[in-house]
This record gives sequence, structure tokens and C-alpha cells, in this order.
Amino acid sequence: MAEAVKHEQTLPSHPEKATLEGKNKFLGFWFFLGGETVLFASLFGTYLGLRNGVADGPTSQDLFHLDLVFIMTMILLTSSLTSVFAMINMKKGNFKGLIIWMWATVFLGACFLGFEIYEFIVYVDYGLGFTTSAFASSFYTLVGTHGGHVLFGILWISTLLIRYRKAGITLTNAPKFYVASLYWHFIDVVWVFIFTVVYLMGV
Amino acid sequence: MSNAQAQKSVLWDWLTTVDHKKIGIMYLVAGGFFFALGGLEAILMRIQLMFPNFDFVTAQTFNELLTMHGTTMIFLAAMPLLFGFMNYIVPLQIGARDVAFPFLNSLGFWLFLFGGVLLNLSWFLGGAPDAGWTAYVPLSSEYSGTGIDYYVLGLQISGLGTLIAGINFLVTIINMRAPGMSMMRMPLFTWSSFVASALILFAFPALTVGLLLLMLERLFGATYFAVDVGGNVVIWQHLFWIFGHPEVYILILPAFGIFSEVLSTFSKKRLFGYSAMVFATLIIGFLGFMVWAHHMFTVGIGPVANAIFAVATMAIAVPTGIKIFNWLFTMWGGRIQFTTANLFAIAFIPSFVMGGVTGIMLATSAANYQFHDTYFVVAHFHYVIIGGVVFGLFSGAFYWWPRMFGYKLNETLGKWFFWLFLFGFHLTFFVQHFIGLMGMPRRVASYLPGQGIDELNFVSTMGAFLMSVAFILLVVNVIVSVKNKSEADPWDGRTLEWAIPTPTPEYNFAQTPLVRELDALWYEKTHGNGKIKAAEPLDDIHMPNGSILPIFMSLGLFLASFGLIYQVHPVTIIGLAITLGAMFIRSIKEDHGYHIHKEDIKKEEGVG
Amino acid sequence: MDPHVTDPSAPLKGKPSKKAERQLAREGKQQIISFVFMIFLTSIAFLTVASDTIPNRFAIPFILIIAAVQVIMQLYYFMHLNERGNGWTNIMLWTGFFVAALTVATLMLLIGVTKY
Repeated sequence: MAEAVKHEQTLPSHPEKATLEGKNKFLGFWFFLGGETVLFASLFGTYLGLRNGVADGPTSQDLFHLDLVFIMTMILLTSSLTSVFAMINMKKGNFKGLIIWMWATVFLGACFLGFEIYEFIVYVDYGLGFTTSAFASSFYTLVGTHGGHVLFGILWISTLLIRYRKAGITLTNAPKFYVASLYWHFIDVVWVFIFTVVYLMGV
Repeated sequence: MSNAQAQKSVLWDWLTTVDHKKIGIMYLVAGGFFFALGGLEAILMRIQLMFPNFDFVTAQTFNELLTMHGTTMIFLAAMPLLFGFMNYIVPLQIGARDVAFPFLNSLGFWLFLFGGVLLNLSWFLGGAPDAGWTAYVPLSSEYSGTGIDYYVLGLQISGLGTLIAGINFLVTIINMRAPGMSMMRMPLFTWSSFVASALILFAFPALTVGLLLLMLERLFGATYFAVDVGGNVVIWQHLFWIFGHPEVYILILPAFGIFSEVLSTFSKKRLFGYSAMVFATLIIGFLGFMVWAHHMFTVGIGPVANAIFAVATMAIAVPTGIKIFNWLFTMWGGRIQFTTANLFAIAFIPSFVMGGVTGIMLATSAANYQFHDTYFVVAHFHYVIIGGVVFGLFSGAFYWWPRMFGYKLNETLGKWFFWLFLFGFHLTFFVQHFIGLMGMPRRVASYLPGQGIDELNFVSTMGAFLMSVAFILLVVNVIVSVKNKSEADPWDGRTLEWAIPTPTPEYNFAQTPLVRELDALWYEKTHGNGKIKAAEPLDDIHMPNGSILPIFMSLGLFLASFGLIYQVHPVTIIGLAITLGAMFIRSIKEDHGYHIHKEDIKKEEGVG
Repeated sequence: MDPHVTDPSAPLKGKPSKKAERQLAREGKQQIISFVFMIFLTSIAFLTVASDTIPNRFAIPFILIIAAVQVIMQLYYFMHLNERGNGWTNIMLWTGFFVAALTVATLMLLIGVTKY
């Protein structure tokens, strides 16, 4: 065992890709994100095809307010930065920094989700139910799928943070944190298109 | 640590296995079962159409049969059977000990199986889906029973499994290749599996969304496809075919790979134009994404759009033609052995070309208005799918059977099977071209006499019977040949999977092989001592532990589906909780596998 | 456990090399600059739409270009696609974007409302 300890003490410059498992996870997760691109494209396309199909319900012009969307965008953008900080700390070997910045990411994600739920409640009160019109259904499906991704990300990252709260950076958990942060960035990438295509083009 | 492995019961071992070879065999068994089921559905349809105005099954049953035949054959038979070969053979061909994600590999299989079972349970629970395998809205959204709910959720679950399998193969082929196995030294079957997996990655998400929308529309009252509140029905068709067209390439490309291996092995020649073959495979994969609207020429998306998709479709004939000629030149001047595997490969060429020619006819968008939704289309796609994919599956089965099961299938029975199947296949579908041109629409439960199609329909049914007899011969062959033990390299093979002892050891390669040339084993046979060189000294081998969690993840989704279909939401929540709980356990439990010791490997390999 | 196999659940100790430190510091600076730039771009996009004087036929392509720039910055600076050894990830991601673009264009244009 003495020999092994000597081995594992060195911190590789890319702990997330230091093992074959880590490399596989990294590549596999990127490919998954490639597939997710098509998934969201299908939802975007459906929304864009149906956004004028408002029937008797409210239109996007009646509903959308830029101030709320702006705040949500800033929150999510900042959460992307905090997860970047977490990864820099991981590569520096600073476990505490990794944990703190990841929790910050989770917190900002939860704020974002809270605003989104609030937004949906306001819209429903205004008369835009899920079944009101094709516009309503496709809007809730697109934005809701994104929100579902945020929720899953929060649960996933929290699980990792609680499970590894005292573990230190290891060859096993570094890839896990790394792909979770990739996932989080991807959520932000999707949101950039949502605020542009859905909200800015819908006001 | 390795001792703990030996004590498991056989059943538990198969339920928890993450070994790519066992998972491959499970894919073959499950796929074979669904293949027989889909074949039975086809026979029932052909009996109904044997005579005009025949009353063998009701029109409703006929609709269910035709829907389930198509869905089963594509999703639950052809794809899983190909996955069976891909799982077993691809890691061996690239010199790997396992796939990149053994756990996900097992999860992919169980998701497929539970999805398939869910779909087929609809037969007993209120009727099977009846809107065709394409499930066009509004027929599927407003005018169909619970069968469509089973269709939507069953395919969603098994589609998830397929997506996982696709990512797994991509990463395996990129990251797990043995030293010296560069991309351009990979056997063609591995290459075509790679491209097919990339197609899966980009095509299946569109289906996922399509099925999600249809589910929300049917179960939660969403209105994407309800025209009276602003919906649009063409969106479903696009989403379905953005997935659906790449899907046919997902099926045919691995079959092309199988033919490339078989033709080259049994011609005793290196594959002609290897790099052109790889390039053609990539081009077919790429073009496969830009042609889907040729299924929708008569929808009315406009003449310019139709023309663009027509030209893109015809362009696919060019790389496919390159492949056909390369196969012919591979055989040219070779010492051809007419084994059953090779007979299927040789018969594939003319059969598939016929399907290709009718494909070009159908791609002519103006003429398509005449052909659309007639038996001409049915004849076309059965020529490419049976003449291409199914022939490929049979060819691959006879070729790799000794590797996978340790015994050779009987060649005499095999040749009977081949000739009966070939004859039956052409008898069934060749006449359908003319039935279609005479105007018989597809998907009708019956037809009136005196239109000149009675005899042709009867002939077609006779062909279908021949195919069933042939299939029974295959099953008999599988059983009676068990004693026909095979050596490790029965065909004088060219690629790495024939370099290892039989039965295949759990760890595949005792020492990771060193690959020096394309057709690695053949190179060593002609330039070396016939043995693959090792890239590493003999050492302990790291293996992943099995897990029962994949079954629980799949079971959870299976239960949740029932909750959704019957709107009993406590069941939905329990089901999803099981799945998420299993994912949670997987996430927090670190499992680093175990090691097989050097001494045990030496014992098994018979050295030292 | 065999002695020559490293334990994957043991914490990694030690510091990165001086070279890696410098690299990380440079990366960190780049990322903060990209973040500020992204905030700036987002604000521009919102302002473009909020001010009623800018006509739509300019505003819509403009905000779409801004979105594309932002996404590329996310991918290349935050998600490290610019690092070496990312050939396959780039290929697959851009293939995904290609299929995605086809999908969106089709679902917008070719749904039988206008015939092209």
C-alpha cells in the first residue's frame, strides 16, 4: 500500500481525464450533449412553428415582460461563472473551493427555478393554461423541459456535494463534478437561445 | 476478490451481468423472439389478404397487426439483433476487454426489453396500437384507443435504451481501441457500427420529442396537433421522419458492415477499396439526415422543397453504388467459398439493388404522387429491409455463430434455409410491385375481386409461407447443431475476433493485442507466425462488477408508464421514484470492480 | 487490493505544477473577461428589443447573432472546447448543431402553411 500512496498523491493537471473511466465519461457526456442539442432543436422548432397559433388565448405580446427575463438570465449566467470557478479550484487541488462554488451554483439554479415557477403561475392566472392554445402547449413544453433540466441538475449536483462533502478530490469524483459542470453550462447555452428566440422575439 | 464472482447462480449472473458478450447474447435472444412475433403478425396479415373479401381477421385486428408488425420489426427485432452483434463483436474487433460503459450497456438492454414488453402487453389490455407504425396525427391523437398510449411509452422507454447504446458504442470505438488499431485499420463492421451509432445519437432525440408531444397531447390535453386551437399536424410528420429516415440507415449500415466482413473472408481477399468504403459509409450517414421529407412528398410542403429533398435522396445512390461495386470487386478473382453466410451476402447484392432502383423511382417527387401509399412502396421497403438488413442478420448469424456460441450451424440445413428464404422472399414481394402499380393501396384490410390482383395476392401469401418454413428450418438448425463444436477460427478469419480461444474468455484478450495492419489476424498469418503480438506483459485484469440496478431503473419506468396510461398518478410517482432511487444509489455507491489474477489467466489460457 | 493499483477513492494531494498554475491563472482571467463580455452582450440584446426605435428586421438578426456569439464563448471558454484533444467532441457537437439547424428551419417553414 505504501507504494500506492506515493502514486496517488500527485495531482494530475486534468484530474477529470486522468483515468480511462474519466476519459470515457468526458467523451460520452459530450456526445450526450450533442444529442440534447437535437432534442432542444425539435422543441424550438415546434414552438416556432406554433407560436402564432394562439386561438382565443393570450399572445406572447400580452404576457412577456423583459425585466423578469433579464433577472433570470443574469442569475443563470452568473451560475455558469460560479461552476467555472469550481472547476478551476478542482484543478488547483482546492477541494473546499470546489464545494463552495458548486453550492453557489446550486443556489443560483434554485433561484432561477423559483422565478420560472413564479412566471408560469402568473401566466396561468392571466389565462394561458397548458391546453389553451398550440402556442401555450409548445411554450410550456419548451421552457418547461429546460426548467426540468435545471431541476435535475440541482438534484444531481446536490447529491454529489453531499456524498463527497468530506472525500477530497479523487480520481473517481473529479470526472463526476466535471460532467455535472458541463451539464450546467449546457443548460445556460439552451437558455441563451430561449431568452433570444422565445422572449426577445416574442415581446 | 475474484472468488466472489464464481459463486453467483446462473440466473442472477445473467440478470446482473455487465459483460458485453452476455448482453450481446441477450439482445439476440430477445430480438429473435420479437422477430418471430413480428413474423407471425405478418403471416396473419398475408392470410387475410390471400383471397378478396376474406374474413380471417376483422379490419380492426388487421390495423393492429400492421401497426405492430412494423413497430416490432424495426424497434424490437432488427435493431436489437444488430445490437447483439455489435455488442459481442465490436469490442473483439478493436481489441478491447469491454465496452466503455458496461453498466450503461446493461441498462440499455433492459430498457429496450421492458419497453418492448410494455408495447406488446397492449394486445391483452384493450387492444394494440392501430394507427400504423408512423402513428400520424390526428389519427393517433384523436381517433385511437389506449393502444397508442402503449406505443408512445413503450417506444419512449426502448428508445432511451437505444440512445444509451449508441453513445456507448461511439465512446467504445473512439477510446477503447488496442494499440495500433487506428481508425483506418478498423474492420468495416466496426466502422459501420460507429456511423450507425452517430446516427442514433442525432436521430433519436427527435423521436423522443415527437413521442413526448404525442403523449402530452393524448394524456394531458396539450394542443400541438389540434388544428382548431392553432395546432399543426405536419409537425408530427417532420419529427417522426427526422428520426425515421436516419433510422433506416441505422439498420442498413451495420448490415453493410457484415457483408463487407463476410465477402472478404469468404473470397480470401482483402476488402476492395477499403478507404472508399469508409468514405461511402460516412457520406451515406451524412446524407441520411437530409432526405427525410421524401416520405412527405404528397403532404404539400411545396414544389421547391420537394425538389430539394428529391435530389438529396437520389444523391445517396452514389455512395451506395460505390459500395456495391467494391463488394463485386472484392469477389472478383477471389477464391469464393459458398458457405451459407456468403450465400446470403451474395444474394443481398441483386436483391438490394432492386430495392435501390425502386427507391430512385419513389424519389422522383412527381412520380411519387402515383406510387404513394400503394403496395409499390411496401415492395420497395421490404426489398431494402429484408434484402438488406435481414439478409445481413442471417449472414452475420451464420458467420459469427461459432464465435458467440462455440458451435457451427449445420451448412446443409443452412443452405436449404437460404434457398427457401430467398425464393419465398422474392415470391412475396416481387409481385407486390405490380399489385401496387395496379393501384392497390397499402394498409387496407381487404380488397374486392375482379381487379386483376387476386392471383398476385395469393402468390404473395404463398411466398410468405415459404419464408416461415425457412425460418422454422433456422430454428431447427440452431437446436440440432449444438453438438457441432467449432474450433476458434473456423473460417480462416481475417480480423481480431478470430484470434482468441473459444469459448471467448470473460476478459476477451489475456494480453491487449498489438495491431500492425488492416485485417490484423490475416497480416500475422501471412507475415508473422499466425499469432497476434501482445502490446503488454501478462498481468492482472481489471473487470467491472455486475449490477441489478439497471433492471430496477427500467422496471420503474415500466410501472410509471402504467400509471400514466391509466392516469393513476400514485403509480406514476412510485415508478419514477424507483428509477430515480436506483440512479441515486448508482451515483453515491462507488464500485471499482475486481481483478482477475495473473495465475488464473495463465491457467485458463493453458500457459505456464 | 493490489499494491500497484492506485486507489481511485483516495484524495489527491499536492499542488499542480508551476506551469499548470500559470495556465489556470490565465484561463481564469480569460473566463472572467468572457463573462463580462457575455453580460454586456446580453444587455445589448435586451436593450435592442426594449427600445422601440430599432426596427424588427434589424433587431431580430442582430440578437440572433449576439446569441450565437455568446453560445460559442460558453462552449469554447467555459466548457473548454478550445483545448487540445477535443477533436471528436467538436465533430459531434457541430454535427448536432447542423442537424438542429435543419430541424428548426423545417419545423418553422415547411409545415404546409406557406408552400415553398
